Amino acid sequence: MNNRLKVLRAERDWSQSDLADRLAVSRQSVNAIETGKYDPSLPLAFRIAELFALPIEAIFHAPTKG
Amino acid sequence: MRRMNRPQKRYVQRVFVSMIFYIAFLSVALHYVGRGLVTGPLAYILGALPGFAVIGVFWAIGRLLVEETDEYQRMLLVRQSLVASAFALSIATVWGFLENVRLVPHIDAFYIAILWFAGLGVGSLVNRLTLGSTGDCR
Repeated sequence: MNNRLKVLRAERDWSQSDLADRLAVSRQSVNAIETGKYDPSLPLAFRIAELFALPIEAIFHAPTKG
Repeated sequence: MRRMNRPQKRYVQRVFVSMIFYIAFLSVALHYVGRGLVTGPLAYILGALPGFAVIGVFWAIGRLLVEETDEYQRMLLVRQSLVASAFALSIATVWGFLENVRLVPHIDAFYIAILWFAGLGVGSLVNRLTLGSTGDCR
């Protein structure tokens, strides 16, 4: 699954650690999600969406949709 | 160095306490049972005590799996544990068959636990090579 997490984070001038603290996860988790090595669970995806005040589909999208 | 969250700190504390009990129980078992100072049912109990301390480490790992709130870290630990299980059971199985046909000497069964702990290291390496991250069990 592809995502815009890195872009959204950069727009807010947050480091991976900043985002990790806001989501109450490790920096490794943020890095793994950003690099596509790990797809978050639905609850974590919702937390990310709430944090950025965006719908989930504005952050995550299927690889088939580019 | 990566910060530890609360479940990870509890895990380290639990392993530390288990290791203290392990050293104490092993000393008691070697002194009283190893030298034949105690026999009968009490000898079995004292002799098994170090094993229960090692079970404490397994329990600590199990609790970490349950209490870990970071789902990615939990996934790393699950992968690490699965690799450790595959590593230990594979070597124990092959060794058992070789021992059965007398090609290798007999090895005490508790070495399977040691192999499993070594397997956690292998699992950590596998996580590092495939995902770029290690796990929680150090």
